[in-house]
Amino acid sequence: MSMTQKAEPAVTTPPASGPKETDGRTAQRPLAIRLLARPEVGVFLGAVAVYVFFLITAPPVREAGSMANILYQSSTIGIMALPVALLMIGGEFDLSAGVAVITSALTASMLAYQLSMNVWVGVVVALAVSLAIGFFNGWMVMKTGLPSFLITLGTFLILQGVNLAVTKLVTTNVATDDISDMDGFDQAKKIFASSFDIGGVEVKITIFYWLAFAALATWVLLRTRYGNWIFAVGGNKESARAVGVPVNFTKISLFMLVGFGAWFIGMHQLFTFNTVQSGEGVGQELIYISAAVIGGCLLTGGAGSAIGPVFGAFMFGMVQQGIVYAGWNPDWFKAFLGVMLLGAVLINLWVSRTATRR
Amino acid sequence: MTSTNGTGTHGAVIADTAADQADGAIVELRNAGKSYGNIRALHGVDLAVYPGKVTCVLGDNGAGKSTLIKIVSGLHQHTEGEFLVDGQPVRFSTPREALDKGIATVYQDLATVPLMPVWRNFFLGSEMTRGSGPLRRLDIEKMKKTADEELRNMGIVLDDLEQPIGTLSGGQRQCVAIARAVYFGARVLILDEPTAALGVKQSGVVLKYIAAARDRGLGVIFITHNPHHAYMVGDHFSVLRLGTLELSADRSEVSLEELTNHMAGGAELAALKHELSQVRGVDVEELPEEADLTAPVAGGGEGKS
Repeated sequence: MSMTQKAEPAVTTPPASGPKETDGRTAQRPLAIRLLARPEVGVFLGAVAVYVFFLITAPPVREAGSMANILYQSSTIGIMALPVALLMIGGEFDLSAGVAVITSALTASMLAYQLSMNVWVGVVVALAVSLAIGFFNGWMVMKTGLPSFLITLGTFLILQGVNLAVTKLVTTNVATDDISDMDGFDQAKKIFASSFDIGGVEVKITIFYWLAFAALATWVLLRTRYGNWIFAVGGNKESARAVGVPVNFTKISLFMLVGFGAWFIGMHQLFTFNTVQSGEGVGQELIYISAAVIGGCLLTGGAGSAIGPVFGAFMFGMVQQGIVYAGWNPDWFKAFLGVMLLGAVLINLWVSRTATRR
Repeated sequence: MTSTNGTGTHGAVIADTAADQADGAIVELRNAGKSYGNIRALHGVDLAVYPGKVTCVLGDNGAGKSTLIKIVSGLHQHTEGEFLVDGQPVRFSTPREALDKGIATVYQDLATVPLMPVWRNFFLGSEMTRGSGPLRRLDIEKMKKTADEELRNMGIVLDDLEQPIGTLSGGQRQCVAIARAVYFGARVLILDEPTAALGVKQSGVVLKYIAAARDRGLGVIFITHNPHHAYMVGDHFSVLRLGTLELSADRSEVSLEELTNHMAGGAELAALKHELSQVRGVDVEELPEEADLTAPVAGGGEGKS
């Protein structure tokens, strides 16, 4: 990393003026086709299609309040889908992301309640626990060289069991006690689970966090060295290491970022519902991963964006609420998800084959 | 890493160091060897790399080429003999130390991240940044401009630096990796079989840039098992065989035919003779027989080192 440039001979700069010579082998494709070749555009069109579909079939969707609800639903998926997407671009999976949310919420809730402390103590300890889980996942993956699928499947099962067993042990119940009358609760609720009134419509704060995190993630991915490293460690780990990219740091920190996301959503759930059901969260990790994949993140790493998963999460939130507004059985949600996932993957495949054909 | 400034051409630096030395070798191995436990992978090897010269290391699979470059690039340490950089004995424990001395290795398959744009690959691991603290960000304009300039200096013209490097041909990818090593301060460039996986035309492209790097004053170690490629750009040839130096000769002291014979050596010669007679129309009758090849061992090199 300490290789800096030493000399600047005047002779190396070619004449700046004159038309740039080209090698004449790359013909510029039409703009529309180049745009379509981008996975983010594909998922954007998909999200619009799903929106229009429910706009027609479920009249209540047309109201502003419904939109706020749909966006809220999307944001709770989307905030976790972002770090999961970054991790996927970095070439790894985290199957423990769903139950880690509950672990974080349980930690904060039980610690504060059982020791009768300010809820902020629980919040801070939960953050430490979540980051530690992320670090453990990343460290194990890097240390053993095993696929992250296996390592995090292990963590997933461990956390699932620990969530239930420890909760029963501590509270003799499957849910934690209500913490809404404890010190610091109102303050924490303002930060993690408040809502605003915008033009007579109640808008949840998570929507703003979601969009802010997405903007931040986009900036980091495209404009910082760390973002460069994420693409590199996902694209070709060995090449990245050979040119001096800190591969272990990058991957472990990505796992910890997922831990941070789990903590954030965990706190949101805790301060929205006041109690935590210890058996929840199972299956959520696949929803996050699906949102990232529909958003155009490459399952094998090395390619993707932060904006794609935003639309991916919106599609999911739209379908989840849309089914309710349309008055259908909510059990259809998962079936819808599967169809959307397959559809998105097939369309992406078809588009990228057509558009990149040479 | 702090932000990198200026363009990285090192002609001036090389001229200085070359003048300081009596014989001018940047990297030199004297009677060097390496044992893995009780296996002697390499012994008694002399090798010198001069600025502006291409030193070719040839040898069949298992001849010790990889061990040799691993010593020079800092992945392994030698167990006998001497390893000198700028006349000073050294012992690298990591590739980073070798890099800091200006010894860069371009591996056949470890060069690039296929899905990333050319310019991001060029600066990967040593990105230019501006701003500070949390606002520290990539200086994209400057990196693109510098990458374009550096590639053009090496004679590589690309329409679009945003295209993923995986869309380039194998030869072009090697060339970008070479240009990158040159830019980031390499004085000695080790190329590990850069033409092994390439077709005829692409190999030609890579050979052209090896010559370009040489003309910019770098010392090049070109590892190959193709004597034809070696003879096109080489100034000095070292042939390894079973861990020892079979031949070390300057270009003036050896012909392509002799080089090929040494390279093939012993029992493989008969088969090669047969191939050559078909492929290249070489007069097979004039090639030496198997028995003749055992005599001239490491003759040419001893005068030099």
